[in-house]
Amino acid sequence: MAGKVSKSGSTIVLVGTRKGLFVLRADGERGNWRVDGKAPHFLGQVVNHAVMNPRSGTMLAAARAGHLGPTVFRSVDSGKTWKEAATPPAFSKHEEGGYGWSVNHVFWLTQGHLSEPKTWYAGISPHGLFRSEDDGVTWQSVDGFNLHPDRMKWLGNANEAVPDGALLHSINVDPHDVNHLMIGMSSGGVFESYDRGATWAPLNRGCVADFLPDPDAEWGHDPHCVQMHPTAKDVVYQQNHCGIYKLDRAANRWNRIGENMPKEIGDIGFPVVLHPYDPKTLWVFPMDGTSVWPRVSVAGKPAVYRSRDAGATWQRQAKGMPAAQAWFTVKRQAMSADQQKKVGLYFGTTSGEVWSSFDEGAQWHCLMLHLPHIYSVEAYSL
Amino acid sequence: MKVQLPTPLVDYTGGNRHVTANGATLDAVLRDLERQYTGIRFRMVDEQDNIRPHIRIFVNAELESSLQAALNPADDILIVAALSGG
Repeated sequence: MAGKVSKSGSTIVLVGTRKGLFVLRADGERGNWRVDGKAPHFLGQVVNHAVMNPRSGTMLAAARAGHLGPTVFRSVDSGKTWKEAATPPAFSKHEEGGYGWSVNHVFWLTQGHLSEPKTWYAGISPHGLFRSEDDGVTWQSVDGFNLHPDRMKWLGNANEAVPDGALLHSINVDPHDVNHLMIGMSSGGVFESYDRGATWAPLNRGCVADFLPDPDAEWGHDPHCVQMHPTAKDVVYQQNHCGIYKLDRAANRWNRIGENMPKEIGDIGFPVVLHPYDPKTLWVFPMDGTSVWPRVSVAGKPAVYRSRDAGATWQRQAKGMPAAQAWFTVKRQAMSADQQKKVGLYFGTTSGEVWSSFDEGAQWHCLMLHLPHIYSVEAYSL
Repeated sequence: MKVQLPTPLVDYTGGNRHVTANGATLDAVLRDLERQYTGIRFRMVDEQDNIRPHIRIFVNAELESSLQAALNPADDILIVAALSGG
């Protein structure tokens, strides 16, 4: 086990949906839950991701106000009041006659290193990386990525972007090195920087990309969700378009641990969630990635799969979930773990259900029904 | 000059759909609106100075698509946010 188990207080779950943000709160044993207010925050706005710094109470929400473009909202009082960022993420104005990029939507938000409590990162569509150093008030381009001369090569054909648009997601800040960043791009692959975003290198060896002609391509892959362990050094897992992987840091190579999943289930999905204290425990939510890629629970029987040995073996965890005719889709940032001693798990579905487990996946409960299409679920123990 | 805003933008103006702004061009008027109501311009114009796809700006009931269009103090500006999708 790695990390320090010190949580025993309340839990907050931030649920970003196609029609606003829902804030769920529970005390103590997580037996009684309440939802903030009589309506969601930002009713009618798409909330792609909502996150929190549990130490300061600052919350950020990546929103898109219908046709009015992208922005970031911030709260410094744990969600009671919200204010729009003074300078939301935006690319530089192009020079006369040149081509300039525009932010379509802010897709992913990540808190900075523990030593930089006011730093946040934002991944946007089309692929772009931004940083705030004033707790989300103003955002600046990470030019080392956004202006990188090879960026267009990495991104591939914009006409073949994933359905929700070309995405930069899975921004990870190494807990052991404030200058080490790792990101995922759909498509484009996994890239990392050891100088706080000034320079970048691909990290895709060992990863399958069955939609590319070159099986050993350096980039162009489609990571769906990349998660670096919050305390254990050099522990990184990835749910990819083409399987589940664990990074072999010494070899700089991904090993496909999804090969050990039951063959009838496969190893395709969107999210991967890491146990906050045990670097060998992780959860995935497999989906149907066969034929035309329905992207729903396999055979209409939703289940989480857990590994306690870094992907060598997997166990099905579906107790409490519907046994049949439940065609869930769980998106890449719609599954999360809290930090209680007995870890709680949460996932949200595109059909508006929030599911939870307070015993690390042994038993599941439906926490909420009838929400809008869920894009993100993030859980925090205070 | 008088500017009428669509309902999705009144969060920036304290609920007022009818505001005033000054400027010799449409761009100058939108920048004056930004000066008064921080954040409102980026909802209508992106970082490349393109009017967002579902924003329509009418000057004296005529559709205007150029931010460099010259304006007179007596002009009436109507800004519309076309809504679509589910």
